Amino acid sequence: MAKVKSLDDLKKIKEEFLSKEELQKNGDKSLGIVQIKVAMATCGIASGAKKTMDYLINELDNRAIDAVVTQTGCMGYCYAEPTIEVTLPGKEPVVFGYVDEKRAGDIIEKYIQGGELVGDVIPVNYETIEEHNIE
Amino acid sequence: MAKDKKQIRIALRNCGFINPENIDEYIARDGYQALGKALEMTPEEVIDEIKKSGLRGRGGGGFPTGLKWELTRKVEAEQKYVVCNADEGDPGAFMDRSILEGDPHTVLEAMAINGYCTGASKGLIYIRAEYPLAIERLKIAIGQAREYGLLGDKIFGKDFSFDIELRYGAGAFVCGEETALIHSMEGLRGEPTVKPPFPSESGYKGAPTNVNNVETYANIPVILLKGSGWFASIGTEKSKGTKVFALAGKVNNVGLIEVPMGTTLREVIFDIGGGIKSGKKFKAVQTGGPSGGCLTEKHLDIPIDYDNLIASGSMMGSGGMIVMDEDDCMVSVAKFYLDFTVEESCGKCAPCRLGNKRLYEILDTITQGKGTEDDLFKLRNLGNVIKDTSLCGLGQTSPNPVLSTMENFYDEYLAHVKDHKCPAGQCKALMSYIINPDACVGCTLCARVCPVDAISGEKKMPHVIDQSICIKCGACFEKCKFGAIFIE
Ligand SMILES: Cc1cc2nc3c(=O)[nH]c(=O)nc-3n(C[C@H](O)[C@H](O)[C@H](O)COP(=O)(O)O)c2cc1C
Ligand code: SF4
Ligand code: SF4
Ligand code: SF4
Repeated sequence: MAKVKSLDDLKKIKEEFLSKEELQKNGDKSLGIVQIKVAMATCGIASGAKKTMDYLINELDNRAIDAVVTQTGCMGYCYAEPTIEVTLPGKEPVVFGYVDEKRAGDIIEKYIQGGELVGDVIPVNYETIEEHNIE
Repeated sequence: MAKDKKQIRIALRNCGFINPENIDEYIARDGYQALGKALEMTPEEVIDEIKKSGLRGRGGGGFPTGLKWELTRKVEAEQKYVVCNADEGDPGAFMDRSILEGDPHTVLEAMAINGYCTGASKGLIYIRAEYPLAIERLKIAIGQAREYGLLGDKIFGKDFSFDIELRYGAGAFVCGEETALIHSMEGLRGEPTVKPPFPSESGYKGAPTNVNNVETYANIPVILLKGSGWFASIGTEKSKGTKVFALAGKVNNVGLIEVPMGTTLREVIFDIGGGIKSGKKFKAVQTGGPSGGCLTEKHLDIPIDYDNLIASGSMMGSGGMIVMDEDDCMVSVAKFYLDFTVEESCGKCAPCRLGNKRLYEILDTITQGKGTEDDLFKLRNLGNVIKDTSLCGLGQTSPNPVLSTMENFYDEYLAHVKDHKCPAGQCKALMSYIINPDACVGCTLCARVCPVDAISGEKKMPHVIDQSICIKCGACFEKCKFGAIFIE
């Protein structure tokens, strides 16, 4: 990797990454890839997030579903760990709570394959720094 | 702000969104841009932005961050240090761990900005060894930042060099106090020393050292990118921005939350926390950990900020927030925190080493039902002496849980010492299991399960419990099918 020598270099890395991500997210259904983020902080792992992640990777593979499964830090929903965020191509991300292996199976079958919301969906209850404007 | 969204994520902006082990994801969300921007400004201009933002330290004390940076900058020295306090010793607190595990680069970036402002080329993160995942992710992050040239020599092609190393703590609460932390990093005993001199004048190896908390650092890049005006528009007059809390205890939605300063406890507990578990009644909320106090119903509508919490008899602390319901005994709660303090006192000064032990013993006597009204007087008196005469913040705040529960729940203390009753039914020594002779059918089940043979009675006749033998295990109460046994 070349060293970052200027803000422009930094911007290039940002844009490269975003366009790669955009391609996965907004492609039409046949092209787009399902994105799954598993909250893997100490709290999530203690509640079984590793198992959930392994299960998701295996099961998506078995069903030949094109998906990227990555780990993130804690989303803050300790009461509902393990939590995962699923983004279907062209759709808003949805956060699911209490995702053990069984729920993960349901989510793959009903939501990812069937498009139907299942189980405990956690509503977004915060503003991001982009959303918050000076009043 | 939209009414249904009570939280704003600034310090936690990336937690849960990015893969913490991939620097590109951090950069894709504007990571390291603030550092690049800062390097195009003068250090004074950067410090001025931080000062104007109104950011105050999130490690507990609430000291103005920009001012601290300026103080460290002004001291002339060959070598200075930037330290990140990631000791996080409060029981039940995990705000800093979550930031380090979910967004390690934000801390590295902010430390580099601090190095540029204060004139330090070296950063140290003091982290407890009990945080292996955070340590691993920090190591990966430092490696990647070095690879990208965002740490090391001539950062952004400018005449600025900065690097960061990790230092491990053994997990002592007192080592979170900044002077003790520095001694621990120097390989000395983790004991506090009198301030002044403050670390900004004479810290690590005698050099000027800027110590900030993890969450404090996590706010820095956002202030520089969004502007001090944006940041200062959030919060109350004297407390700007947001605070991350670890919401725990008897609420439905336990977890990490980040709310604007000025949010009320009611909004936190009932709107975000989803109210009290199992439909029970709210009784108190503990903030500030072992240095804080218990607030009650009457404090629910106070806007949370540094000054209001202190005025209410508690404090912000690092962000632990434990909610209690009607089943919690406040004397036992005070005893729990005192037990922690006694364990964690470094023992250097007498008021804290001996005083807290005595406080604990008095509380223990009260929960055993052997306390007197005179003990309440002693608690208050001794508590105040410990506050006034201890050397460091640990001792100076350790009586707070006792004093604040006495202030807000004096009746409950009185019930323990006068009537020898625990209204919440938590102090075992003060409860009795009693058989109601009218409801007892003499089935003998309780007598058979009692481990100490405290129950006697003829078959088909009412049974009785011998209180002098009963060890209050509750087995009989659980087993009786006729609801004949009650607790008093
Ligand atoms: C007993 C004791 C424990 C402390 N523990 C911590 C801690 O775990 N983390 C922390 O950041 N600050 C802790 N502090 C506060 C630090 O001494 C210091 O004020 C803080 O790190 C400064 O950073 P800030 O201005 O960014 O808050 C503690 C203070 C005392 C008295
Ligand atoms: S107050 Fe307690 S922790 Fe602080 S120096 Fe004294 S004995 Fe040590
Ligand atoms: S179990 Fe209940 S009903 Fe049976 S003897 Fe004991 S108290 Fe009486
Ligand atoms: S509470 Fe336990 S010890 Fe006491 S009478 Fe019941 S079973 Fe026996």
